[in-house]
Amino acid sequence: MTQMTFARAINSGLRRSLDNDPKVLLMGEDIGTLGGVFRVTDGLQKDFGKHRVVDTPLAESGIVGTAVGLAYRGYRPVVEIQFDGFVYPAFDQIVSQVAKMHYRSRGAVKMPITIRIPFGGGIGSPEHHSESPEAYFAHTAGLRVVTPASPQDAHTMIQQAISCDDPVVFFEPKRRYHDKGEVDESLDPDSAPPMGQARVVTDGSDVTLVAYGPLVKTARDAATAAADEGVSVEVIDLRSLAPVDFATVEASVRKTGRLVITHEAGQSGGLGAEVAASITERCFYHLETAPVRITGFDVPYPYSKVEMHHLPNLDRILDGVDRALGRPNSLSGLEG
Amino acid sequence: MVTDDAGQGGTAAGQDNYAGHQDGAGHGMVQLITPAGERVSHPEYDLWVKDVSDEQLCSLYEDLVVIRRIDKEATALQRQGELGLWPPLLGQEASQVGSVRSLRDDDFIFPSYRENGVAYCRGVDLADILRVWRGAASGGWDPYTVNMAIPQIVIGAQTLHATGYAMGIQNDGADSAAIVYFGDGATSEGDVNEAMVFAASFQVPLVFFCQNNQWAISEPVRLQSHTQLVDRGAGFGIPSMRVDGNDVLAVMAATRVALDRARRGGGPTFIEAVTYRMGPHTTADDPTRYRDPNELEDWAAKDPIGRVHALLDRKGLFTEEFEAGVRAKADAVARELRAGCTGMPDPEPLDVFKHVYSTPNSWLDRQQDHYSRYLASFGDPAGATQEEGAR
Repeated sequence: MTQMTFARAINSGLRRSLDNDPKVLLMGEDIGTLGGVFRVTDGLQKDFGKHRVVDTPLAESGIVGTAVGLAYRGYRPVVEIQFDGFVYPAFDQIVSQVAKMHYRSRGAVKMPITIRIPFGGGIGSPEHHSESPEAYFAHTAGLRVVTPASPQDAHTMIQQAISCDDPVVFFEPKRRYHDKGEVDESLDPDSAPPMGQARVVTDGSDVTLVAYGPLVKTARDAATAAADEGVSVEVIDLRSLAPVDFATVEASVRKTGRLVITHEAGQSGGLGAEVAASITERCFYHLETAPVRITGFDVPYPYSKVEMHHLPNLDRILDGVDRALGRPNSLSGLEG
Repeated sequence: MVTDDAGQGGTAAGQDNYAGHQDGAGHGMVQLITPAGERVSHPEYDLWVKDVSDEQLCSLYEDLVVIRRIDKEATALQRQGELGLWPPLLGQEASQVGSVRSLRDDDFIFPSYRENGVAYCRGVDLADILRVWRGAASGGWDPYTVNMAIPQIVIGAQTLHATGYAMGIQNDGADSAAIVYFGDGATSEGDVNEAMVFAASFQVPLVFFCQNNQWAISEPVRLQSHTQLVDRGAGFGIPSMRVDGNDVLAVMAATRVALDRARRGGGPTFIEAVTYRMGPHTTADDPTRYRDPNELEDWAAKDPIGRVHALLDRKGLFTEEFEAGVRAKADAVARELRAGCTGMPDPEPLDVFKHVYSTPNSWLDRQQDHYSRYLASFGDPAGATQEEGAR
């Protein structure tokens, strides 16, 4: 076990993938000489060369589109989109090409492409640097969407994503890049829990609290605070957003009877809606109260002086837990 | 040697306004066979086709004729309700034959949806060419069996795929090349421009083969570009040339120049093949709403097949026997195409779930399971047996 930051854990995972498979290559803006604006790819070009860690022209569609061609040729490209808000120029290539080529070719052409996207807010940046666009991709058939919440998962899941024969959109919670944790670099990604599996982070019996990416830490803190008030919260880290491991969530809800979901992305049409609907379908009669969503608002990501109002925090999550428990909360007395 | 400014061509250099080029004739455009079938010499490009024997010329002619026959048969199949849609390539036969027949087997082709003549020459099974247009699949063939990608419908998207593939060739240290087909309209797309940036920066072995057929559905090329399209390639620092796209030999020469450069590590080349879409955009289109019939007449006089016919005639090669042989071949191909189309088995209901992922997916597996049960609820044994077969 080694103490390392989240960013370093991804770096170490990328290094292992580059070491293990000569067909793996990294592409993106500023990822080579500079080592990435977040230094996630620091030192990799120096060690693996310019043909395996490629500084590309500044064109997101170009990066993803050329990755499609490299995959056609048998490569396993890992592309970096510098910030969440800059993925949209590549949207067509991701949605219409990366996601659909396997279907279109009736399985003949595989697209083992990993698209790394630092996402989420809370870092005081200007517009386009703090978004949570995961629902667009989770809604797209042909893609897998995952997001790690701990350095260990970041290290393992990036390797699992790269070795997956399907395309994976890999969301990295950028405000956790500098968080440290224990990482076992010798852990074999093949024997670790698969990236498609959700994880129970904190056992509990009163409420199921579902989170992913940057909010897993916040959810865990909320569970600790709730415990002080005698409320037992079971925190689940989804890890995979497409497909969601509903079996794990369902098993928890069958136990607790109450469901709270939290994410930074806006509420309408988001992952929370999918989790609430699917769990309601699967175990309606085990629910004591309606599922509760604590999310960002349906607004463009706000300027940094007010972003704390947009981002779910510990208190808002606890307010949601109270609502799920039928205890006094900010919406007490409101119908619907 | 062919120089990098080959785009200026062997004939009069095109300095005038692009609007003046709408007839596409003679202005800075390489031509080796005139519309009248006269073989004109060219100091540079002749070298690249000097090995083309009479026999090969006859074989090129045969391909041109067969492709036109395929196009005609497919259009008929659409009118008869056997195909949902067909994008005719009438008039573009020389651009397609001249380019694809310059390739080696280990070169890789990235087509748009109109390169069905390219697919035929590449050896794609005739029924597979129609599979997409019949609605029996979203892609007709296994690209790796013929080194030709399945057609791309999103305009220009495939130029980036070709560029990436060529980056892979470069990484592998191979001496093969990639070629990408796209049209005049595509040159306005961001992806095509990004592809040229990447291809030029990394100097990848790629041929950008632009068939300027003058029309993007109803929009004339002058709406896409204020300059000649060939100038777009040059703007990225990519050696570029403009050839008569209705001249199979000129197209062949240009493609060979480009491939040679690619194989020698000289990077990408942009070819503007000046041709004309004689038919509609697709069978769903009505060009009489936007096109001057006189323009069609002008281009009919520059027909790619007529000029090779005339050239073979001049050479005394166009015998009755030859003509009958070509016709018999075209008819046989058309019969096979029709039989392949009408005999194509329909996909099964649960095929809709196949190949979305190559690894198990819990969401989709559940949906498939539920739909299988739904089908089975009608007591349809086909639904039940499909359940196991599909995944």
